[in-house]
Amino acid sequence: MTSQTTAGRGIRRFLPVIVGVALVAFMAMLPMLNLSLPGILPTPTYMPGTLALLSLCMVFAALALSYNLLLGSGGMLSFGHALYFGAGAYGLGIALEHFGVPLWPGVFIALIGGMVIALATGAVAMRVSGIPFAMVTLAFAQAGSVLVRRNSQITGGEEGLSLATEHVPDFLIGVVNTRNLYWFTLAVLVVVYLVTLWVDTSRLGHLARATRENEQRVRVLGLSPYRVRLVVFVVAAVLASLAGVAYMLLQSGTVPRAVSADLTITILVMVVLGGVGFRWGAIVGGVLYTLLDQRLTVLAGSEAIAGLPDFLRVPLSEPLFLLGVLFILVVMFLPGGIAGTIDAAVRRRRGEKARGALQQLDDADEAAEAPVEVRA
Amino acid sequence: MSTLVLTLITGVGLGALYFLVASGLSLIYGLMHVLNFAHGAFLTLSAFMGWMVAQALGTDSWGSFLMSLLVGAAVGAVFATLTELVLIRPLYERHIEQVLVTVGLSFAAVALFEGIWGTDPIHISGPPWLRQTTEVLGARIPNTYWVLMIAAVLVLAGLVLFLKKTRYGMIIRAGVENRAMVTALGIDVRRSFTLVFAIGGAAAGIGGVLAMHYSTFVSAHLGATLLIFAFIVTVVGGLGSLTGAAVASVVVAVLQQFANFYLGGTGDFIVVILLAVVLLVRPSGLLGRKA
Repeated sequence: MTSQTTAGRGIRRFLPVIVGVALVAFMAMLPMLNLSLPGILPTPTYMPGTLALLSLCMVFAALALSYNLLLGSGGMLSFGHALYFGAGAYGLGIALEHFGVPLWPGVFIALIGGMVIALATGAVAMRVSGIPFAMVTLAFAQAGSVLVRRNSQITGGEEGLSLATEHVPDFLIGVVNTRNLYWFTLAVLVVVYLVTLWVDTSRLGHLARATRENEQRVRVLGLSPYRVRLVVFVVAAVLASLAGVAYMLLQSGTVPRAVSADLTITILVMVVLGGVGFRWGAIVGGVLYTLLDQRLTVLAGSEAIAGLPDFLRVPLSEPLFLLGVLFILVVMFLPGGIAGTIDAAVRRRRGEKARGALQQLDDADEAAEAPVEVRA
Repeated sequence: MSTLVLTLITGVGLGALYFLVASGLSLIYGLMHVLNFAHGAFLTLSAFMGWMVAQALGTDSWGSFLMSLLVGAAVGAVFATLTELVLIRPLYERHIEQVLVTVGLSFAAVALFEGIWGTDPIHISGPPWLRQTTEVLGARIPNTYWVLMIAAVLVLAGLVLFLKKTRYGMIIRAGVENRAMVTALGIDVRRSFTLVFAIGGAAAGIGGVLAMHYSTFVSAHLGATLLIFAFIVTVVGGLGSLTGAAVASVVVAVLQQFANFYLGGTGDFIVVILLAVVLLVRPSGLLGRKA
């Protein structure tokens, strides 16, 4: 009897690992399979069209994961995360185009570039926390966006920068090799997932969560909340740069939108939709958002919409409007997002108390404010 | 000399525009601790509505210009009030979600505006006087800057009078200072939340119509660019401080204009560096309370 329950517990403990490995194996085999999901995927899974869409989904899932590390584990609401994604994409593009280095050193340069920018901007932005932190990161990202748009000799300005393909190995170029790019982005997603998992379960992640909950207590224990936050911030930024690198290779080019505040907001929508504080939620959010964006754009151009009267046609033909409204509804009525809601339901069945990650952040915010108000 | 005067005065004029946007943001943050991302959307909608009114009444006359300003202010106030009542109020005291909701609203609103008025900027024309220049100490100052300054001074004076002389102004000031105490005294602070949103929306609406004349076009992204500078201004000035916002608007804009003239168009960049310096030296902003 007892051995049975421990065995059951063992399975429960290893279940996520087994499911994860099986899922990755399944995803890796998709280019070899002929599955069709009409309405969701444009073509059967072995065709380049679907593989490119799925790759894009995985790039954004990786980006959302890195943002979840920042917001979910670190409790930092940043509005400048796109800066590091753009640093990865543009860094690789510039390294290949202007330094003329081969692909892999180029990737390395892009990641180092992202890290340096994150260190400099993070160190300054962390002088403040909470909402002011959000505003400051937004300002930095905006400065990056302006730099990209202005210096068109280096970044291509508004037209964007295309990948200098002569320095990229042949197996990553062209529609024929979409499946190689697909495997590459899958690998990026797995790497990003493993790093976030490692950070979350390490001492660093523990400290980051402690800092999020009660900064003062961490300081009283003789530890430095500033340093913890900065490390988490930089790790998340480097992961975002990695996603940017994958984006650059996948799209064989990048546009200024990759550094814009719009993109940061898009990432935020993905993470909140999926569920803040859940790694699998971020992945679900990233994939779901990208698919929805794609499908709604197709819908917007369809004849069924064009035939509607104006007051219905205009909102329905704007995918971003629909996604924005969906986001508002999720925040107001489903604060845990998809993952949080499922998790809360499971916990309730087990009789545990559940509290959403966003609500916890609010509590921490409150706690941080309280002593100031008493003093005043 | 004349370039110096020109840079200085246009800087102050641009600062006036920043102040119109930042004043509402700062008041809202000071009282409710909500960072209002939708402020840009208030501004853009007001600009579009002001443009439509001006189109209907004839763009050349001063009457239609004033009318478009009034309509802009009213639209901004109504939009802001609705936002507060429908989106912000149900999430009482949950600051992060409140920010997220305004983010979603700005996201959706910009897309909707693009759907209604198209993605291309619409060029506008106002009273002919606005396109002329006035000579001050040898510098030819475009007249839009004077209008911006007059509007900002009027709004600032109105706000100060309202905050100092009226009962609601007093409640708002007390609420910024210590909200828990105001609530404990049996005053319903929530009504003043709506009021602050309406005032901020009206100021942003005036700012929107004037920003349209300043940049001579209106587009769905008009608000987004200004909003970022308004954020910088509120952080530099000290969150929740109206005087801080006024001072910082002028400092930021003058610095920006000087950098644009003398340092080869690096204005936007210099402003961000100023923000970084202020944060390093004085994280609570120029006139912010020490936390």
